[in-house]
Amino acid sequence: MEEIRARFRLDWPGFALDVDQVFPGRGVTALFGQSGSGKTTLLRCVAGLERAAGGHLSVCGEIWQDHRHWLPTHRRPLGYVFQEANLFPHLNVLGNLRYGMKRSASAQQKSMDQAIELLGISHLLERKPDRLSGGERQRVGIARALAVAPKILLMDEPLAALDLKRKQEILPYLERLHRELDIPVFYVSHAMEEVVRLADHLVLLEEGRAIASGGLSEMLARLDLPTAHSDDAGVVIEAEIALHDRDYALTRLDFAGRSLWVGKLDQPEGTRVRARVLARDVSIALELPRGTSIANILEASIVEISDEGPDRVNVLMDAGQNLLSRITRRSRDMLGLKPGMKVCAQVKSVALTR
Amino acid sequence: MILSDSDLQAVWLTLRLAGVVTLILLLLGTPIAWWLARTRGWWKGPVGAVVALPLVLPPSVLGFYLLLAMGPEGPFGHFTQALGLGLLPFTFWGLVVASAFYSLPFMVQPLQAAFESIGDRPLEAAATLRASPLDAFFTVAVPLALPGFLTAGILTFAHTVGEFGVVLMIGGNLPGVTRVASVQIYDHVEALEYAEAHHLAGAMLIFSFLVLLGLYAWRPNPRG
Repeated sequence: MEEIRARFRLDWPGFALDVDQVFPGRGVTALFGQSGSGKTTLLRCVAGLERAAGGHLSVCGEIWQDHRHWLPTHRRPLGYVFQEANLFPHLNVLGNLRYGMKRSASAQQKSMDQAIELLGISHLLERKPDRLSGGERQRVGIARALAVAPKILLMDEPLAALDLKRKQEILPYLERLHRELDIPVFYVSHAMEEVVRLADHLVLLEEGRAIASGGLSEMLARLDLPTAHSDDAGVVIEAEIALHDRDYALTRLDFAGRSLWVGKLDQPEGTRVRARVLARDVSIALELPRGTSIANILEASIVEISDEGPDRVNVLMDAGQNLLSRITRRSRDMLGLKPGMKVCAQVKSVALTR
Repeated sequence: MILSDSDLQAVWLTLRLAGVVTLILLLLGTPIAWWLARTRGWWKGPVGAVVALPLVLPPSVLGFYLLLAMGPEGPFGHFTQALGLGLLPFTFWGLVVASAFYSLPFMVQPLQAAFESIGDRPLEAAATLRASPLDAFFTVAVPLALPGFLTAGILTFAHTVGEFGVVLMIGGNLPGVTRVASVQIYDHVEALEYAEAHHLAGAMLIFSFLVLLGLYAWRPNPRG
């Protein structure tokens, strides 16, 4: 029973939530959508902060809510990270961390020490929250949620209230969390760049409904979803660091018998990394081009083509892993592109996400 | 010593009355203020209005109804007699009950404002950290509302010290039992003892000013 089953129906003036979904019981599940799509409300229902009458929720085999049971929030073995940290202003950092730890049956001193270490806040323990920067506050908020040794971690846009610099400060900690935690994480976000860095699964929410859900890379390759229509549509490629070329300061990533060259990375060879390739950075040639400065050319076959507005099309290709390209409709017709064709995909730029 | 023995007796009675009333209202007013701050039910309006009534009613009106209610024919009078406590008018505890009604808004309103300004979010955080609602109330809401408690306590105490009309209606003028400082001053003036009235009135004036000065000049900061 390593899964999370949730069915919630809420009917508020001007907003309705109607979700009936099975979520994986491991890894990071991103709840992604515009503001007003119901992603935070869904998270609050899971936490028991909102009560959807007649709802059902079971987390890894434990029933938290059904027609007979209602487990109040303080009895649910969860950790919750609020959008604006929401630390207790009358307690210092240590007091905030100890607040939940003292009350949690599963927590031990060890879980708190680990949380302090994981978030790098050991130098802040004596400070009051109003003496912390926004980024530090949020790190304490995450550590406080982890110190109770939860069975599931719920995060409500933990980066949304921070500026770009603070985001960059926290993201490495979140990635570390992702590597080192073995509990399921629900991560609410409206920022695709966070989702591609952190998520394993993606649930798309629109107007209170979950319109699609699945593994991150397969979801990003679906041409029928809103994610494919946005300007920064693109896929993620899971690859391994094959070798470092110190001479040219480049690193080669291998996947599915193909390789991509990127700017030199610090991690050792053999490390698994995730690269993001935007559709607008991929062009298509019928034959292997000669005399081009583009280093990354992948053999691929066309899977699907769909119109994207009056002038452009999205092309989904199989290059060992999914690859998306956005080209003009004119180019498609001039090249005569059709599903099944073998082509060469030229990748102009690759962003390493982790 | 400028104040006579009977003056000191009246002052001591006043402080005792104000202290007891403040303690009782702390216990009764806190849940009322908490409920008013958190409820969204339609009862909030009527209850809030009743709590605020003593702010606008003449003390004699309030005293009159309380006198009837606590009298031998009144419902509260029946109740205290049935309990074997006798009748409350013209006793110290009668004054306490009447003063508690009269000072209720001075306890409830600052507390309600303090609880409302905390909002839901710290309590939600407490719930996600395994604190039951009662636990969260004492470990989060009360510490965060501490300035409100201080304001409410001081205002209630000072307001009870300063009452006159309700005391006269309910308590009368029994030395050592119900003759509080404000009534003592009234007696002095009635007897044309202006010098004595000056001393006690001056003492009350300075006391009130110091209390309010403390309240407005010094605010504790729960955020440390």
